[in-house]
Amino acid sequence: MTWKLKPGVKWSDGSPFTADDVVFTWAYCEAPGGGCAQAAKFTGVKSVEALDPLTVKVTFTAPTPYPYQAFVGATSPILRKAQFQDCLGPKAPGCTAANFGPIGTGPFEVKAFKPNDSIVYIANENFRDPDKPAFASVNLKGGGDALSAARAVLETGECDYAWNIQIEPEVLKGMVDAGKGNALTAFGSYVERIDLNRTAVDAALGEKRSTLEGGPHPALSDPSVRKALSLAIDRDVIVEAGYGVAGKPTCNIIPGPEIYVSTANDWCLKPDVAAANKLLDDAGWKLGPDTVRAKNGVKLSFQLQTSTNSVRQATQALLKDMWSQIGVAVELRNIAASVFFGGDPSSPDTFQKFYADVQMYTNFFEGTDPQAYLSGWLCDKIPSPKNGWQGANYARYCDADYDKMIATLSKTQAPNDRAKLVKALNDKLVNDGVVIPLVYRGLTSAYSNRLAGVRQNAWDSELWNIADWSRAK
Amino acid sequence: MLGYAARRLLLAIPVLLIISFVIFSLLTLAPNDPLGDLPLTIPPEVRADMRAALGLDQPFFIRFLLWLHQFFVNEPMNLLQAMTGLDFRDAHRTRVLSWTTRSPVVDLIVQRLPQTLWVVGLAYLFGVMLAVPIGVLSAYRQHSWFDQIGAFVAMVGYSTPTFFTGVVLIVVFSVKLKWFPSVYDTNLKVTDWASFIAQVRQMALPVLVLTLYNTSQISRFVRASMLDNLHQDYVRTARAKGVKERSVVLFHVLRNSLIPVVTVVALGVPTIFSGAIVTEQVFRVNGLGQLLITAIQSGDLPLVQTLTFIFAVLIVAFNLIADLLYGLLDPRISYE
Repeated sequence: MTWKLKPGVKWSDGSPFTADDVVFTWAYCEAPGGGCAQAAKFTGVKSVEALDPLTVKVTFTAPTPYPYQAFVGATSPILRKAQFQDCLGPKAPGCTAANFGPIGTGPFEVKAFKPNDSIVYIANENFRDPDKPAFASVNLKGGGDALSAARAVLETGECDYAWNIQIEPEVLKGMVDAGKGNALTAFGSYVERIDLNRTAVDAALGEKRSTLEGGPHPALSDPSVRKALSLAIDRDVIVEAGYGVAGKPTCNIIPGPEIYVSTANDWCLKPDVAAANKLLDDAGWKLGPDTVRAKNGVKLSFQLQTSTNSVRQATQALLKDMWSQIGVAVELRNIAASVFFGGDPSSPDTFQKFYADVQMYTNFFEGTDPQAYLSGWLCDKIPSPKNGWQGANYARYCDADYDKMIATLSKTQAPNDRAKLVKALNDKLVNDGVVIPLVYRGLTSAYSNRLAGVRQNAWDSELWNIADWSRAK
Repeated sequence: MLGYAARRLLLAIPVLLIISFVIFSLLTLAPNDPLGDLPLTIPPEVRADMRAALGLDQPFFIRFLLWLHQFFVNEPMNLLQAMTGLDFRDAHRTRVLSWTTRSPVVDLIVQRLPQTLWVVGLAYLFGVMLAVPIGVLSAYRQHSWFDQIGAFVAMVGYSTPTFFTGVVLIVVFSVKLKWFPSVYDTNLKVTDWASFIAQVRQMALPVLVLTLYNTSQISRFVRASMLDNLHQDYVRTARAKGVKERSVVLFHVLRNSLIPVVTVVALGVPTIFSGAIVTEQVFRVNGLGQLLITAIQSGDLPLVQTLTFIFAVLIVAFNLIADLLYGLLDPRISYE
């Protein structure tokens, strides 16, 4: 792939932006010992060369249907070579001055950076559009919580914009009604879902717990149980209670962009307790005297784990109630987010180890292409002791057809064919009961009436068009 | 007295070393992960590289010794270099770096210290300055209306959590009346009268919240201690020999009452530096308390280790200061 750079673009210090900087950025992230967090953006990139000062050629090791990863979007910025050339590899973390004052080509440049507190930006005089930005300075303020952030924009008017304000729907409505600003929600690819563990999680299995070697889950390996669990959930109630405008009920694991959205699973939008009960009756799960179903001595009694978060705990309680109506008992458990998502292989409480029957959390994919995300459910991505409990196939799903379809997807170029495949993969995950999608989560932001030009975007940084923001007249 | 202080200081060295080791072990054993807050989209092999870059793949003892070296040798050398402008050979000695922000821990502390000292320190100073007269008067006029009101306010101030009083004050004074801001601007520099006023305005609410809390707590101590002493025989003797009532209360009783109060006040000073976690969060003061709590939540071991160790040093130091002050207040206590 060949990129042509716009002529005349300058770094904020006035020096010209050239192809050398692009090549250097690749070298910087690939340098061993640097621990580059965005290294996955360069997966499959064989080389990056500067053909001339304004032309960059990116060569891939194999045909890549979606090459827009490296150097694209807010999380893959280009670094200025002159600034970072002494910061390669192990030296990267120690380059404090460069790390906290990166030179860019955007509308603002960093003036002061206080981690976890504030960043002060001033307008970049060398910005490619001489009429922009409209603001002389920007102060990004951190700390506090979502509620007080929303209050500072919508009630006291001290700030102009606040993002990720996940607060209770009626509280937000009350603030918006004060008339100082508005809240908007953009939907990207965030889905709150439930993973159903395919493998047995009995503590007696010891080392083999929650691995393929431990054998299939005694209850969840039954497709009718998996389907009944999904059928019994009233997603509207969950959205109303915990998300408000920031969520929509969904039956898809790929909820966007529009081209990839399947309608084949919409049966799950309407809860049907009677059908779920019938499904379980037919499969031989008999209601016991304790109102819990059982078959051959196996009870439909599950442990549901999730991270500690008030919305999640409320959802857990709702799920417990909904599942009790089909004779499924649930034990609830919540784990501190930094432990649950921490991935420490020595901790038994991570979502990768999944020492529970079912678990609930949100995941998403970066950018607009879901191929890498869908590859997470490949057989060889199952976390196990052999790979240090790494891998994104938390539900321990293994299906040869699915693996084949992913292989086809990685070779398919035409957008419509890709869309068809993505929908098929999505339907497979949902119909096979690998995951139960619950809520399509949006990102809610508040902005003041005095701010014009805000266009919310869940696919990139929310500040993507900050150059166009201005004071409302 | 000097000999005693020197002995205590020497003894503090092994104590602090043991404390630092215990903190380090506890933090290492805690099931937190510094990469836990990163998006799930980062693949495992990239995570492994990042862990290696943080030095997480090193054995426990190596990491502990590295921290000791960075904290006790490298950081003081850097400080010396920055203060004197001299250059001691190695310009690139490694510093204690925070894992989540990659910023040198000492820089973070220097950034956070001013707002913590201003807000929490001032509130402590006001608290002590108000608590002593209130406590003395309440005790001297026990069961008077002043004492009753004082008891009521102290009970309210002590029992309502700061996250409640803070939010109430914001709703009243920021949202409704618009007198004070609800967000603290840490970049504000006091250069002229207008910026000084702005600084006072943004400090008003958090200082008020914390002062109420501190005053309530300390005034009860002063009152209780004064009551103990007011009924002692020596007070009656002083009155009997005709000492003025003013001198009886302020010199005889107050001085003797201050001994337990000094303990409470001196041991409270290190808590100024550990910040007021809740109040800082409510008003976005983003001082040391907020720094510590975010570091704990994200498993940022070097930052938590350094901060808690500095707190440990302060606690040991102020314990010593409190002990030395007893000697000054009470001639019966001698350290020779």
